[in-house]
Amino acid sequence: MNEIELKNVSFAYPGDETNPPVRALDNVSLEIEKGSFTAILGHNGSGKSTLARIMCMLDTPEYGSVIIDGRDMTADGITEKDVLDARRKVGMVFQNPDNQIVATIVEEDVAFGCENLGIPSAEIRRRVDEALETVGMTKYARHAPHKLSGGQKQRVAIAGVIAMRRECIIFDESTAMLDPMGRREVLETIDKLNEEGITVVLITHYMEEATRADRVYVLNDGRVLTSGTPSDVFSDPETLWNASLDVPQTTELLYKLRQRGLDVPLDVFDPEKCAKVIRDALKKKKTADGA
Amino acid sequence: MKMDITFGQYVEGHSILHRLDPRAKLIIAILYVVAIFLASNVYSFALIVLSAVLITVLSGISPMIIGRGIKPVLILIVFTAVINIFFVRGEHLLVGFYFIRIYREGLVNAAFIVIRIVVLIVCTSLFLTYTTTPIALTDGLEQLLAPLAKIKIPVHEFSMMMTIALRFIPTLIEETEKIMNAQKARGADFSSGGLIKRAKALIPVLVPLFISAFRRAGDLATAMECRCYTGGKGRTRMNVLRAGVKDFVFVIGVIALGAGVVLLNKFAGGFRFGLY
Ligand SMILES: Nc1ncnc2c1ncn2[C@@H]1O[C@H](COP(=O)(O)OP(=O)(O)OP(=O)(O)O)[C@@H](O)[C@H]1O
Ligand SMILES: [Mg+2]
Repeated sequence: MNEIELKNVSFAYPGDETNPPVRALDNVSLEIEKGSFTAILGHNGSGKSTLARIMCMLDTPEYGSVIIDGRDMTADGITEKDVLDARRKVGMVFQNPDNQIVATIVEEDVAFGCENLGIPSAEIRRRVDEALETVGMTKYARHAPHKLSGGQKQRVAIAGVIAMRRECIIFDESTAMLDPMGRREVLETIDKLNEEGITVVLITHYMEEATRADRVYVLNDGRVLTSGTPSDVFSDPETLWNASLDVPQTTELLYKLRQRGLDVPLDVFDPEKCAKVIRDALKKKKTADGA
Repeated sequence: MKMDITFGQYVEGHSILHRLDPRAKLIIAILYVVAIFLASNVYSFALIVLSAVLITVLSGISPMIIGRGIKPVLILIVFTAVINIFFVRGEHLLVGFYFIRIYREGLVNAAFIVIRIVVLIVCTSLFLTYTTTPIALTDGLEQLLAPLAKIKIPVHEFSMMMTIALRFIPTLIEETEKIMNAQKARGADFSSGGLIKRAKALIPVLVPLFISAFRRAGDLATAMECRCYTGGKGRTRMNVLRAGVKDFVFVIGVIALGAGVVLLNKFAGGFRFGLY
């Protein structure tokens, strides 16, 4: 069963006197399975955020259809209420941690979404406490958000999304503005949520983050360039390089070794394992040369 | 020193005043102001002063902090006192020296006015700022004025605006500092020259600040939409304000104070306050 499915979606930002219209998405199709972990890669301006906005129904596509939890949101007769219902299922965490926190107290902000849904007070209280526990921010429940670190702010934003009991969370470069420490905190939280069965869509610049996904989509100038498991996608570094994207450092190293004639696989993303693979390959080569 | 607007002048504490419902505190503050303005003779003023002392003690806030709150209006207080002392004409002349004429009525009036202003400031700030966070105040105001939404006054919208303003002021202050430092690093000078020169120096700070504020506003609107915000309709709250016994006791206490003031005005003599 798919959580989100896009079929031949195209989208253009309308231009004005000074700017011509921009075609941000061109015939994009993708499927995001329930409970899966999907990564979306692409260079700056390749249309990732536009894609996210369409999946959250903040924008409607020009052509094509958006199917959320089996329901075609671009069909005729879809009302405002249907859109709201779908939006309850798909949440989004944005890039700038500052610009998505509404309230002046952490727990009030986490409660914001639930309050909008009209959930009774006692139930909100339960969910908020639970959500803060999940992201490990219980200690900061009564703090002022502007005094938190970037990673902590993002975790508050995530708590706000999970308190609404969303089935799917889209992270639009949510780690881009964080230091390594904050990135790790947020990624660990994302992994935990996915293990608990929440569908995760991770939009990112960092190839290493994409290696944990079940499926990777690579966008280039509004089109899907390639897609597949991380192993599939990164096994073909040339394509990614041509789209001015990187591959994980391990893949790059292994690829270069392979060009020098060393027999190594490309889809090993963990540095430790990568080292082991190289060691083994070198040993094998030695014995082969010796024989 | 940077003041934290989110908490304003709020003084952390657990006194009974801190624990009152913000709605009760708003009502009390309004009634109290009325009581202060009703007082018109020595006895009723004494009652007001007594109640102010009681409130101060109950709040557990040090007189030092309260004193600091009066400082900004000190000039105003001195000015009105001086005007009353020198310009009020009455029957009992105390000093007559060339054109300087000081009457007893002037002195009495000055004393009363000073008491009025001081008590007004001390008590309203004790109820509304020292013991209440701006956010609790906003919440209280929203729920107190909720019935006005029926006559199409956008109460929820105003309170949302207040909340967002309180949320973003610290962020924008931080950003202003960053921009100013960046401009200083490029040789900008904010601290010398006349008023016009300084104002001009601020333009390169304000322009990027505004641009970024608008971008933030756009981002925030998107984020709120994403979190199913559709305005005040059908919205619930996690923290619902609940008025308790102590809130009623305090409101009744202030009403009693007002009644006491009126009675003392009527039936007790002594110096009277009035415009001569
Ligand atoms: N509001 C807008 N109005 C007009 N054009 C826009 C708007 N937002 C984005 N675009 C354009 O649409 C294209 C895709 O933008 P999008 O923000 O989806 O890219 P992105 O992959 O998220 O980039 P980044 O990595 O920088 O976040 C870009 O060419 C961009 O200039
Ligand atoms: Mg983007």
